[in-house]
Amino acid sequence: MLTNLLLLIGITLMYSTPLVFGALGGVISERSGVTNIGIEGMMVIGAIAGAATSYFTNNPWIAFLVAGLSGGLVALLHAVASVSFAADQTVSGVAINLLAPGIALFVCRRLFDGAAMTPIVAKLPKIFGESAFAGTAYAGLNLNITTVLALVATLAVWFVLYKTKWGLRVRAVGEHPAAADTLGINVYKTRYICVILSGVFAGFGGASMTIAIISQFTQTAISGHGFIALAAVIFGKWTPQGAYGACLLFGCTQALTILLGGGSFPVPSTILAMLPYAMTIIVLILFVGRSAAPKADGVPYIKGSR
Amino acid sequence: MDVSPEYAVQMHDITKVFGSFTALDAVNLDVKKQTVHAILGENGAGKSTLMNILYGLYHADEGDIYLNGEKVSIGGPNDAISYGIGMVHQHFMLVENFTVTENIILGDEVCSAAGVLDMKKAREDVLRIVEEFGFEVDPDAKIEDITVGMQQRVEILKALYRGADILILDEPSAVLTPQEIEKLVEIMHDLVSKGKTIIIITHKLKEIMSSADECSIIRRGQYMGTVDVSQTSEAELASKMVGRNVNLTVEKTRAEPEGVMLEIKDLTVTDERGIEQVKGLNLEVRSGEIVGIAGIDGNGQKELVDAIMSLCKADAGTIKVGGQEIQNTSPRNVLDHSLVTIPSDRQKWGLVLPFSVAENSVLERHGEELFGPGIMLDYDKIRSHTSKLIKRYDIRPSGCEDERMSGLSGGNQQKAIIARQVSYVPDVLIAFQPTRGLDVGAIEFVHKTLIAQRDRGAAILLISFELDEVMDVSDTIAVIYHGQIVGSFEQGSVTEDELGLLMAGGGAA
Repeated sequence: MLTNLLLLIGITLMYSTPLVFGALGGVISERSGVTNIGIEGMMVIGAIAGAATSYFTNNPWIAFLVAGLSGGLVALLHAVASVSFAADQTVSGVAINLLAPGIALFVCRRLFDGAAMTPIVAKLPKIFGESAFAGTAYAGLNLNITTVLALVATLAVWFVLYKTKWGLRVRAVGEHPAAADTLGINVYKTRYICVILSGVFAGFGGASMTIAIISQFTQTAISGHGFIALAAVIFGKWTPQGAYGACLLFGCTQALTILLGGGSFPVPSTILAMLPYAMTIIVLILFVGRSAAPKADGVPYIKGSR
Repeated sequence: MDVSPEYAVQMHDITKVFGSFTALDAVNLDVKKQTVHAILGENGAGKSTLMNILYGLYHADEGDIYLNGEKVSIGGPNDAISYGIGMVHQHFMLVENFTVTENIILGDEVCSAAGVLDMKKAREDVLRIVEEFGFEVDPDAKIEDITVGMQQRVEILKALYRGADILILDEPSAVLTPQEIEKLVEIMHDLVSKGKTIIIITHKLKEIMSSADECSIIRRGQYMGTVDVSQTSEAELASKMVGRNVNLTVEKTRAEPEGVMLEIKDLTVTDERGIEQVKGLNLEVRSGEIVGIAGIDGNGQKELVDAIMSLCKADAGTIKVGGQEIQNTSPRNVLDHSLVTIPSDRQKWGLVLPFSVAENSVLERHGEELFGPGIMLDYDKIRSHTSKLIKRYDIRPSGCEDERMSGLSGGNQQKAIIARQVSYVPDVLIAFQPTRGLDVGAIEFVHKTLIAQRDRGAAILLISFELDEVMDVSDTIAVIYHGQIVGSFEQGSVTEDELGLLMAGGGAA
């Protein structure tokens, strides 16, 4: 029982990590007033960039950073479209989500002799070293370093959003950009920074799947995690701490999928695999209407209009 | 006029062109220090443009700006703020879910170390100016929880916090009750006595007479001169602003009402957030009378109108037109009972802006045989119907049948809606904020039309946030507060102060 419980906690934390990074990206972007449904695509890019870099440099830390930068680069596209050109943010996000898997596969095939997945690559370390507690009930608690980083990032985002002047400005820009503008706050610059940061976090999210949980890029490494992360943003009422909690919930359903799929439970694993997604839908139905999105979320700011 | 340090603000020969439209043509403004200076003009005359130039939101194509006798160049709001200019916009620039303190310090935050907010010190700073100027504002309250008058004071505080010596107030009284306006005038005079200079943009003559020392008038981008307010009258200001004599008093005969046409009983309406906005409201409107509902925005007016139009659900109670219940049916059914509405937001509800004027003028009547057989539309007939309306209601530019509605000015858009609604020959006409954002000339037209409809025998329900309008036009004045009618008077039997008190909830006795 204890073993199972610890295992459940360990897997929950492990699988919630990519979601947490993705959700933090969503929170940052949306609090500044830019809807970013391209988180999924940015995570895919982070996933391939991380795995490929780790393969070639054999240094997963550099790979992790490169993954973040790649995500940020893709996010820059979204920022140009939705902030500078006031394009429809949903369309721009969808375009990124369609584009990213294509780019990822293309890059993968070019670099790895036409293979649709990378070879096994170097992983980021676990907090107690690779083989600590191996074989004991506590093995599940030897967490990935990314899990700790995700928690630290959540605290950092919370601190910046609520305790610093930059956070106050970001929130003002997301609620009432015209008000911020009249007080001399550069709405466009703020949104650019936030959107790019959201891509960086999404990139970290993708990498924490391919160079921490599994150790290669496959086409299904990121499959809907970005969307689940966005659901967590909504469920968490656009706050970093709320989103973190929501990600744990989704991570937990994923852990249940794995534990129950272990054999003794008389439900086909394909049905169990639906759990996280079904949970997402249920949560969205129950909570989406009642949560409070930033007022200017998804609305391009055009100077002079109110 | 010479440039002199006696003047806080001097703007000389300011010209601003948007595309082919000259918004300002060599306009002058000279504001003496420590005075309240009004800028009067119709909508679209260019007064907001002039102030936006002073605040750095726009750049003048020509002309010079002097502050305290020194030539300055204002590149953006940041420059304006550093020169001690503060602006209170007509639509408040407040973040609703922030506290008063957060709104005030935003952009000029108090930090303890490297960007970390020091909210304790910020709160003290805010409290200090609140006390210095005697404003009654709670620094910890959230904007969404405080009254509009209070929100306005927060806007003024925002400017004062940034050390503003020159305050620009854009249409400051548009959303206030009479008592709040009085308080505002008091605040303005107090600020002036403490060394500030105030510029108010307005098209309300009464407000200028009660608060301003001098008044500059702008008509269609042209500077029409500056007058000493103590040496002038409302009528003179009005004619200078519009360029012709305007009748400021609403002329009408005594109402001769007949039977009850619109009857609302115990109506309860809940908004989408589940809050009861209309709470057992009772109201009767007879044929041949205008019933005006006075009240502050947000006391259930919107929900009342939506429920009458069947745009939202009535939770309890009945709405009868000519004796037949119409609540909780459909807008079509309501229209078929000869009840039409002039909506409060013409661009959102009344018109389809990208459609032509002709298409807009049959929006609710397109199904009638008159405009085409069966499912077809007969554009020739629609156009000739529209031409008649354009001529009869003087919608400009003449011959605009095929132009996009979005190309018309606000006043003409409103005329188009009223022309359409009146062409129904309705039994009941609901006019919700029918003169919102209109200038004196257009307001005169709207009021005349409402009275003409009354004289024809229509039952008219006028709902307005402008107390003057309700008092001038209505035969019966009702006051709405927290979703209930809290008082009903015949025209002339009640004073502005009494109504103002009721509107603010002070009429429980």
